[in-house]
Amino acid sequence: MKRFIGFIKKEFYHIFRDRRSLFILFGMPIAQIMLFGFAITNEINNVDIAILDHSKDATTEEIINKIAASKYFSIKQIIEKEADIETIFKKGHVKAVLNFEKDFSKNLIKENKATVQIITDATDPNTANTISNFVNAILQKYQQELNKEITIAYQIIPETRMVYNPELKSVYMFVPGVMTIILMLVSAMMTSISITKEKELGTMEILLVSPLKPFQVIIGKVFPYIFLSIINAVVIVLLSIFIFKMPVQGSLLLLGLESVLFIISALALGILISTISATQQTAMMISLMGLMLPVILLSGFIFPITSMPFPLQVISNIIPAKWFIIIIKGIMLKGVGLQYVWKETLILLGMTVFFIALSIKKYKIRLE
Amino acid sequence: MKTILYIIQKEFKQIFRNKGMLPIIFVLPLLQLVILSNAATFEVKNIKFGYIDHDHTSTSRALIEKFNASTYFDVLTDFPSEKLASSEMLKGKVDVVIEIPHYFERDLQKEKYNKLGVTINAIDGAAAGVENVYVTQILQSFNQQIKTDLLQISDKGVQPISIATIPLFWYNKTLNYKTFMVPGILVLLVTMITLFLSGMNIVREKEIGTLEQINVTPIKKSQFIIGKLFPFWVIGMGLLTVGLTLAKLIFNVPMIGSLALLYLYTSIYILVILGIGLFISNFTDTQQQAMFIAWFFTVIFILMSGLFTPIESMPEWAQIVTEFNPIKYFVEVMRMVMLKGSGFTDILPQLIKTLLFAIVMNGLAVWSYKKTS
Repeated sequence: MKRFIGFIKKEFYHIFRDRRSLFILFGMPIAQIMLFGFAITNEINNVDIAILDHSKDATTEEIINKIAASKYFSIKQIIEKEADIETIFKKGHVKAVLNFEKDFSKNLIKENKATVQIITDATDPNTANTISNFVNAILQKYQQELNKEITIAYQIIPETRMVYNPELKSVYMFVPGVMTIILMLVSAMMTSISITKEKELGTMEILLVSPLKPFQVIIGKVFPYIFLSIINAVVIVLLSIFIFKMPVQGSLLLLGLESVLFIISALALGILISTISATQQTAMMISLMGLMLPVILLSGFIFPITSMPFPLQVISNIIPAKWFIIIIKGIMLKGVGLQYVWKETLILLGMTVFFIALSIKKYKIRLE
Repeated sequence: MKTILYIIQKEFKQIFRNKGMLPIIFVLPLLQLVILSNAATFEVKNIKFGYIDHDHTSTSRALIEKFNASTYFDVLTDFPSEKLASSEMLKGKVDVVIEIPHYFERDLQKEKYNKLGVTINAIDGAAAGVENVYVTQILQSFNQQIKTDLLQISDKGVQPISIATIPLFWYNKTLNYKTFMVPGILVLLVTMITLFLSGMNIVREKEIGTLEQINVTPIKKSQFIIGKLFPFWVIGMGLLTVGLTLAKLIFNVPMIGSLALLYLYTSIYILVILGIGLFISNFTDTQQQAMFIAWFFTVIFILMSGLFTPIESMPEWAQIVTEFNPIKYFVEVMRMVMLKGSGFTDILPQLIKTLLFAIVMNGLAVWSYKKTS
């Protein structure tokens, strides 16, 4: 036991002696969460659009004014002919063109119907679809104003209640996601080189001949990093509460414990990578190339998992970050207790045990 | 020239000797391209939908049937009580719940008007907005239906005015996400591989102590740097080529514009990334530090590239930050050339900025290399 404590102490010294790494370790996540918390949003604002108005009458002018007044769009250009649409789309700044038919007003009065095309640059299908929907909504509202006198019979009107995030803030979505990415990758990257470094620098033999048991070496390596990652997690949670006004509806204690569990799972995954790779370079490439995109794309951080094809929904289950995102959103935004997230917690716990057991086993093989 | 060729040869040998690295450089990125491109969709479908029916009439059943028939909603459960519904929503088992009030049918006939409670889980604000649109659309079409069923002759007469909107989605009629995401993810993979490899490379020699040996040889620094970085440039271009082939073969991504133009741009783009990698290498002592910094910038570059979230929606200051993001330009150029067929003059602004970055970054890197050695 004394030897073990000595080993842990040594590992602590190693880490704290390297001031530069520590600065990077703590400075970067803070900078990232600040940057993303303020900058990233999947709302649509101030999209540049162009107008092609063949009619140029009072009604189209009114509609154009309404579009310009909305916070979603700013009118960047007025174009005169169809051929210009292609040109401006190819330059890439304007995302949509509203094309009003000839005699718009006249048609509206005479035939009760007039047509406008919403032409969008659908190379980005999401933005195109959203723009199309928003323009449509503005036109619908205008149409209702015109129809004010006519009472429309038989209507079911939805009374919609948005729960957990009534203002539809996208920061509620992104802060937990960014928090997860940072904790996951920083933790995994830290430990992924811990054993390979010893191998590469030739100090591994010393460790192997020491009387420390494999699991003691592994635990001793992970332990200081748990400490570091907890500090990181505390800083991130404080930033999200005080700067981004993220609510913590549920228990702060539970949030803390779940974060520790998630950190340990990521550190254990790092150790596992460390035991199977021969050089630091390999270890780091696995933890960066192998984890970064899957964690961003398959965790439900940006893209909804339920919309993915079935095989990918299955694969997403092996991403620890997916479960952690469900847990922290539950605790922070819904205010649920352990009785609602015990399943996710158990899965994370199971993964952690699995990673650690496998690392010890792999480590042993090299010992023989 | 000969010296450079020798170094290049040596570096290539070193890369190909490391059997552990080969699959990471060549297989992992392409595997991710093929698999993960399917994950990146903003389409909201398979919405978990539940309802509470207090009315139990033919009208209420017809309304539920309308949701059932929609392809967006997976109708799950008939909740007996509101309490159970909100508990299931807490668990995440259901995302949209409608509550049909008592005497729904009767009141609708009497008042010609009725309200319907809709509860939406809004943690993902964007998805909630879309779900709301879907619910409204279904209700509108249901309103049309009951109008023709229930309308009395006296109500008819005045025709409401309607503005017809025709949505046209250019360059991607079916709103297929893959044609957009596959090139985008390819950009990320090319960037990550070239940045991580080059960022770690020189600092590794520093850490192991072989850099000093090289510094005492008669090799010029410029020769050394070119020799070091050239193999990664080749790997980046190779990855692009295989990635584009897969994009065409597997995802049938349209390639309308000139491939030569795309290669011209990429060849300059990779120089920017290699310059950043070298720069990071110069300012760090260990491979770990280098990787942390490379990771830091990569995450920022990726999330602020406009690939996953729109740049126009970012606050003004963040939009200015994105001006310095090389990935943003690469994503733009890919999208423009491949999907829209933009030509040389269309992408000239991106090309010039990237070239400028390449000159500045590599200049800085070479300058700082001299300083630290």
